[in-house]
Amino acid sequence: MQLSREELLRAYRQMKTIREFEERLHVEITTGEIAGFTHLYAGQEAVAVGVCENLNDSDYIISTHRGHGHCIAKGCDVKGMMKEIYGRKDGLCGGKGGSMHIADVSKGMLGANGIVGGGPPIALGAAMAAKIDGTGAVSVAFGGDGSCNQGTVFEAMNMAVVLQSPIIFVFENNGYSEHTGADYAVGSGDIAGRAAGFGMPAACGDGSDFFEVHAMTREAVERARDGGGPTTLEFKTTRFFGHFEGDPQRYRAKDEVKKHRETMDALKIFRDKVTKAKLLTKKAMDEIDAEVLKLIDEAVEEARAAPPPTPDDLLTDVYISYEGGIQ
Amino acid sequence: MAVKTYREALNEALHLEFERDENVVILGEDVSGGAGGTSGEREASGGIFGVSAGLLPRFGEARVIDTPISESNIVGAANGLALAGKRPIAELMFADFIGVSFDQIINQAAKFRYMFGGRTRCPVVIRTTYGTGMNAAAQHSQALYPVITHIPGIKVAIPSNPADAKGLLITAIRDDDPVMFFEHKALYGKKGEVPEGEYLVPFGKANILAEGDDVTIVAIGRMVHFAEKAMKTLAKDGIGVELIDPRTTSPLDEEAILDSVEKTGRLVVVDEANPRCSVARDIAAIVADKAFSSLRAPIKCVTAPHTPVPFARELEFAYTPSPDKIAAAAKATVEFAA
Repeated sequence: MQLSREELLRAYRQMKTIREFEERLHVEITTGEIAGFTHLYAGQEAVAVGVCENLNDSDYIISTHRGHGHCIAKGCDVKGMMKEIYGRKDGLCGGKGGSMHIADVSKGMLGANGIVGGGPPIALGAAMAAKIDGTGAVSVAFGGDGSCNQGTVFEAMNMAVVLQSPIIFVFENNGYSEHTGADYAVGSGDIAGRAAGFGMPAACGDGSDFFEVHAMTREAVERARDGGGPTTLEFKTTRFFGHFEGDPQRYRAKDEVKKHRETMDALKIFRDKVTKAKLLTKKAMDEIDAEVLKLIDEAVEEARAAPPPTPDDLLTDVYISYEGGIQ
Repeated sequence: MAVKTYREALNEALHLEFERDENVVILGEDVSGGAGGTSGEREASGGIFGVSAGLLPRFGEARVIDTPISESNIVGAANGLALAGKRPIAELMFADFIGVSFDQIINQAAKFRYMFGGRTRCPVVIRTTYGTGMNAAAQHSQALYPVITHIPGIKVAIPSNPADAKGLLITAIRDDDPVMFFEHKALYGKKGEVPEGEYLVPFGKANILAEGDDVTIVAIGRMVHFAEKAMKTLAKDGIGVELIDPRTTSPLDEEAILDSVEKTGRLVVVDEANPRCSVARDIAAIVADKAFSSLRAPIKCVTAPHTPVPFARELEFAYTPSPDKIAAAAKATVEFAA
């Protein structure tokens, strides 16, 4: 299926935004202004964008601790996200969530999630709601190769098959569960193969190739919208940074990241493909690059200048109502 | 007023709410039962204790969802349903099964609203069963509400009688926050007067079952009935008991307890949960902190010991607080001389 020029430009802009957001955070974190644990998504952009470009605001996704890419791809406000990561009062979650819990339920983004394997059961519930109401919406549970070893994920896969829920399990196999290789930790090494064992269509694709991710996801989304139940998609990909910022990555061969940046860069691959096929010009994409860099600059500057929450904010948002109040 | 069992009262609450709001759904193991069985009988159980009986034939499979044995996903899917606008009731057959669903209760349901800066809600009800009295042993008998009460972001209701069971469950279903609802297994057959139609029993409002001047007894769930028995024994000795059932432990009606202790000067807390970090000790600490000058005797907690729930009848009986132990504790506070 041929994407329109607008769709291609949008996809490129989304991927570029994720890349620059993460590259900039990698730099800013060294300033010490950003607290907490941050897990960067750079390297995996084609998966988030290739999947989410098949979705709309009424569809749901749930993300992982490595969630910035999914948030951007699902339409979360980039400046609101940056403020959240800086722990600001008008961040997307009021500074109460931070990098690992960015969410915008109004956009169908049910949250980044700090618990590996925590998301798929929730995505399943959203898919069940869509089926009950007959909205045609679908739900996507993002996870990594690490999450494929959590029992909660197996339960979600089985229940999705039993209930024929409109859900797509997307496994981004970036080769590492934290500091441990997927070659060691994934018993069969074949995540899609495991999913097939639950009785659903499953396939494995190149997670650095936006077009492959997009096409595979389109088929799964169409099947789910038509009542055909769940699908699992495994995408082989890589992360350009460590598990968390500050990770010395002693588990990776010295030149691995350098090599992956040369051979598995989703943006380079996209640019090569669309220019060779004369779908987009280099100039058009360069313009987007400049706009994205400006947006990220502004996002960082505004986040730095934004006020933090006040101590009063500590006690709000725990409950909607609570007799006697929060102490 | 009609006399109904605790089970019937809960069942009535479910039927009323299913009828009133089409967003109410229930999911869990055997909530109807029979799916995939050889008898062809589709509602083969209506819940392991019969609480969800009759829902499937009335409201259909889309809203009455039999699940595989997958507790983390029963609660997790309920969370997702709630985020997507439904009012799900997840049934955990036994409270002990929070072991395999704990993440979805404490890290997900209880935290969405806070983590997301107040920009979402998760109106999920997790119904479960607890308590001794059926010799169900260590993994099917625990009173685990202190563990959940500890967690900010989720409410905890523990009805002690049929009327409260119905009113508290309707409140729980309509509440916009997550609620964990603990039903006592040994109370399902307990009868009591239950008002007709729909009514709400508010959270955080204790029920004062008896007024008295000598000692305040706060009791939870099935222990309310044991405390009532103790109260009769104590009356023979001329000891007047003020009996309080908090009905919810989060929120907790501190005011009712503190007001009572200010009057009686003595407190016994009865809780069949284990003692360490329990609701009983929590209430004792609140009173010691906020009503210290009113106390005329040390606070007594009558709880299970710090052991797992045993199987044998004799052991389970010894494990569970009894009316005699409650009466003895109350008497000790009255007879205390500094």
